[in-house]
Amino acid sequence: MNINLTLIGQSITFAIFVWFCMKFIWPPIVNALDARRKQIADGLAAADRGKHELELAARRASESLHDAKQKAAEIIAQAEKRAAQVIDEAKTAAKEEGDRMILAAKAEIVQESHRAREALRGEIAGLVVAGASKVLRREVDAKAHADLLEAVKNEL
Amino acid sequence: MAAEAHTSSEYIKHHLQNLTFGQHPDGTWGIAQSAEQAREMGFWAVHLDTLGMSILLGALFLFLFRKAAAGATAGIPGGLQNFVEWVVEFVDSSVKGSFSGRNPLVAPLALTIFIWIFLLNLMDLVPIDWIPGLMAALGVPYFKLVPTTDPNATFGMAIAVFFLVLYYSIKMKGVGGFAAELSLQPFGKWGLPANLLLEGVNLIAKPISLALRLFGNLYAGEMIFILIALMFSGGAVLFLTGGILQWAWAVFHVLIITLQAFIFMTLTIVYLDMAHQEHH
Repeated sequence: MNINLTLIGQSITFAIFVWFCMKFIWPPIVNALDARRKQIADGLAAADRGKHELELAARRASESLHDAKQKAAEIIAQAEKRAAQVIDEAKTAAKEEGDRMILAAKAEIVQESHRAREALRGEIAGLVVAGASKVLRREVDAKAHADLLEAVKNEL
Repeated sequence: MAAEAHTSSEYIKHHLQNLTFGQHPDGTWGIAQSAEQAREMGFWAVHLDTLGMSILLGALFLFLFRKAAAGATAGIPGGLQNFVEWVVEFVDSSVKGSFSGRNPLVAPLALTIFIWIFLLNLMDLVPIDWIPGLMAALGVPYFKLVPTTDPNATFGMAIAVFFLVLYYSIKMKGVGGFAAELSLQPFGKWGLPANLLLEGVNLIAKPISLALRLFGNLYAGEMIFILIALMFSGGAVLFLTGGILQWAWAVFHVLIITLQAFIFMTLTIVYLDMAHQEHH
């Protein structure tokens, strides 16, 4: 319980400890704490920014989706229109072709009938001449009555 | 009864005696073997146990905290760093709450005071006969484990704080400003002697109250531990009662040692804050 040199020794020890603490302990710890605080603040800010950007991106995405849908609808409408047009064109073309074929067939039919008539006419004239010649073998001279026979043939 | 009382008082006295190194009256240097010898050494002697434990525990504090500080990163802290950061933030918030000026010394000072005094006080929870018994076996006559039960230690720290208060008072206010603060209030210049007396007492009371509060609390606590320890030699019933009492007092003492460390720290901050303030 005596007051002695220990007093001064303790004061000096105390001063050295405080100096050491001030020099080597306090600054690094406080710096680390500040750095961490800043990191956390930065992280939170970045998270906020990310959230904002996500919102923007979502909005952009829905906008482009909308655009794409609209464009697709336009394309489909155009395609439908074009298809209708093509069908119409095809119908018209088919009708024209059909008409043309009918006309050609009719013309051919007429031609065929002409040809047949001609042939028939020739044959009939032959038959008539043959018949007549059989009948008139003696009286009728084929040569002498050729003009007449030709006239009959033409009348048939 | 007389013999027992004698041994009890000797037991107590033994526990209250520091391990003193100094010059004997006959001129030789050595360790005092009795309280009388220690007293005869006068001022030029040192308490080896007080200084030894102070330096040991202070070094432990600095070592642990330096280890954490050297590895301190802004990343995820480990266990030790976490603890150290928690203490540092606690001290830092105490300083920010009480100290309005800007001084890079105050926060480390407060941290050192808090942890160091806490560790010194903590020695009070070591059963009081362990270390002295061990030392006696090693041939050391006395060993007082708790430095803060030695007024030299508490006054040593309080005086260091007091010098800081004086230094910053003069640095912030100038010699004239500090002298004016001491002499011109509260009664104005015509009450100068009264002012000087009041402010002087006010000033001197700071270190004395700091030192005596810590010393008184720890000394009383130690004393009660010693008295409880006396019961252990009084038979089975007293032994059991003593054991329970010691446990209860130790639990209560955990609060006291922390509180005293905290009070010492807070008052130091407050005194330095007053030294930095320039109103009046």
